[in-house]
Amino acid sequence: MTPVLYLAQRGTAFVLAFAVTIHLVTIIYAIRGGLTAGEILARTHGNRWFLGFYLVFVIAAAIHAPIGLRSVLREWAKWRGRSLDLAMLAVSALLLVLGVRAAFAVYLA
Amino acid sequence: MIRTSHLKPGFLAAMLHRLSGIALAIFLPMHFIALGTALGSADSFQSFLGVTHNAFVRIAEWGLVTALGMHMALGVRVLAIEFFAVRERSAIVVSGCVACSLTVGLLFLLNGT
Repeated sequence: MTPVLYLAQRGTAFVLAFAVTIHLVTIIYAIRGGLTAGEILARTHGNRWFLGFYLVFVIAAAIHAPIGLRSVLREWAKWRGRSLDLAMLAVSALLLVLGVRAAFAVYLA
Repeated sequence: MIRTSHLKPGFLAAMLHRLSGIALAIFLPMHFIALGTALGSADSFQSFLGVTHNAFVRIAEWGLVTALGMHMALGVRVLAIEFFAVRERSAIVVSGCVACSLTVGLLFLLNGT
């Protein structure tokens, strides 16, 4: 792993450690006794704190996950080179687009 | 063949961290697509949530929440070792990470019933 990728992955890991803790506490608190779409959207609709938090979460995950996958594929599948880097860029872009769309979906709904 | 080194806590921690990370990387796009159904309407989002009452889906959700907790706990262990020069007693720390993640998964499972 190059120094830039190492720092990017560890830097986003620090962000994700906080974000995942908040996310887990929130979902466990929120699902007490079941969950409806109305209940979720009532909390998230128009909530800028919610939107900001999950946009940071999504961006960090879209950087962190492909770098980790890249290491796994290099070691276990012996996949190397430019094709791997391009594939991981595509994974990152996919996570970013779907994640931002999801955050806005529950913010705007 | 299982080597002796494969039974050491550090190796088990790295393997669990890696496998839970792969599970999350596969799950994440599907999770985002599911949340994106809210763009259609609250009804379409609700019909998706209806699927989550299925026992098989509940078990899969439990597995993913546990994987998320495990990946985070073992990741924090890596950060502590690399950035804070923590000299850990691996077996105890790794067991604690696994226990915490299983607890989070169980809380999630029991809360939703």
